[in-house]
Amino acid sequence: MSDRYEIRLAGSGGQGVILAAVILGEAAVLHEGLAAVQSQSYGPEARGGSSKSEVVISKGSIDYPKATALDLQVILTQKSCDEYVKDSKPGSVVIIDDFFIEEIPDVDADVFHLPIVRTAREKIGKEIVVNMVALGAAAGALEKKGIMKPESIRKAILARVPKGTEELNGRAFDEGYALVK
Amino acid sequence: MPQIEFWQGNMALAQGAIAAGCRFFGGYPITPSTEIAEVCAEELPKLGGKFIQMEDEIGGIAAAIGASIAGYKAMTGTSGPGFSLKQENLGLAYMAEIPLVVVDVMRGGPSTGLPTMVSQQDVMQARWGSHGDHGTIAYAPSSVQECYELAIDAFNMAERFRQPVLIMSDEVVGHMREKVVIPEPGSYMLVDRKRPHATPDAFVPYKADEADDIPPMASFGDGYRWHVTGLTHNDWGFPTNNHGDIEKKMLRLMRKIDRFRDDIVKYETEAVEDAKVLVVAYGSPARSALRAVRQAREKGIKAGFFRPITLWPFPDKEVGALAAKAHSVLVPELNCGQMVLEVERAVAGRARVLGQSLVNGELFKPSAILAKIEEVA
Repeated sequence: MSDRYEIRLAGSGGQGVILAAVILGEAAVLHEGLAAVQSQSYGPEARGGSSKSEVVISKGSIDYPKATALDLQVILTQKSCDEYVKDSKPGSVVIIDDFFIEEIPDVDADVFHLPIVRTAREKIGKEIVVNMVALGAAAGALEKKGIMKPESIRKAILARVPKGTEELNGRAFDEGYALVK
Repeated sequence: MPQIEFWQGNMALAQGAIAAGCRFFGGYPITPSTEIAEVCAEELPKLGGKFIQMEDEIGGIAAAIGASIAGYKAMTGTSGPGFSLKQENLGLAYMAEIPLVVVDVMRGGPSTGLPTMVSQQDVMQARWGSHGDHGTIAYAPSSVQECYELAIDAFNMAERFRQPVLIMSDEVVGHMREKVVIPEPGSYMLVDRKRPHATPDAFVPYKADEADDIPPMASFGDGYRWHVTGLTHNDWGFPTNNHGDIEKKMLRLMRKIDRFRDDIVKYETEAVEDAKVLVVAYGSPARSALRAVRQAREKGIKAGFFRPITLWPFPDKEVGALAAKAHSVLVPELNCGQMVLEVERAVAGRARVLGQSLVNGELFKPSAILAKIEEVA
């Protein structure tokens, strides 16, 4: 890892991208011994507006807390894709959902066009876990780049989600991870 | 093993306040400060403390003042619109000399402005928002770790100086999550207000000790008689028209802070020794500025970084001394130019002072500050 590794998750309000970023930060700080800063931007509405959340990870201290050139983006809606995909670093990783985003964007990055929403809906049967599927896919990418172990993220998920939903969320994560594997 | 957490700034601030001994929170929810109230609502009752959601912002600070008079370390939290509403009772706390911590997690203004977006438009309001002269202590945290630590400092200062202390946080610092190393209890100092040396019969409630210009404080219910008023009062706490008593009270209010200025002022620097362009930034933009200064150094530009941690009292001597060795001082802030005025006062013509404003609801990108450094270098 260079001095900072920048991740952004973007989608629409209610898809849980902020929680997903919080979990990535918790995994980095509590289970990997790294430094991390997580931030977000959102509108006043609870559902439906654009929502984006960022995590900056580093072995050392982190000065600027927001993303500048992204190493990994996970994008779940066409609107967010149009707005944010250009912020990716050349040669970085972009994961986009294949239900809400039809066309592969023209960007200098490894683009993974994955059935994230469809996996949540069809394989798990609950769209609410779309963020956990997205985290699984992100975990696969982060493992390949040597940033974080998938187990750290899985542990952070299980510590965070409501009691009784661990199996469901764990399964969603595993399905997401399998998409990138 | 030290306790390590991944907390939001607001959560760390509330936890730091509780570690400092805060046992009362009175307030009214307002974005982006609500998490402070949420943590207090959850945690204070477990420690024998109280959380009260009042009918409005004014009630929130009034309740906190009441709790402090009853002997509890008390806090209220808000954002710009609520900070405006609290100014009248903030003045009461300055005049009646009530220890209190007030947090303003700054969002865009004026009026209800931008609930979810950052600004630093309340920093002059922190100094001058409540009418009348008084000393001000105001901190500006720029990390989650610092939210925890400055909450402890704020309570210590409030207790020591018997007056409100402000924490001017901002939406970015309040809402971002970051690694926090929780200091061991006992590894930091905790200050409690001075209690009366005199018996209740001989107690003169506003008679200050010569050593520090601060009167010992009795709690309501302890058996000491004490009249609390916003009117200018004599040592007995009763309103006075005696010009000598009036002047004595007013000058002491200022002096009790001024004479301990060096104990209060806090700041941080990096790469300032040979700096020709000094960047002065506070709160969340200081994070952008620090990155910009580091990038400028990599390009061979002699840039330096100065971060006031106390906005009030402002580290004027310290900024001035460094400015004398520089040719330019750059002040990026998320308002239309507020602290830059104080920097100009501190620099007093020894370097040119340039403000850099951003009021679109975003945090400065380091590249914007770097471009300005390159322009003036």
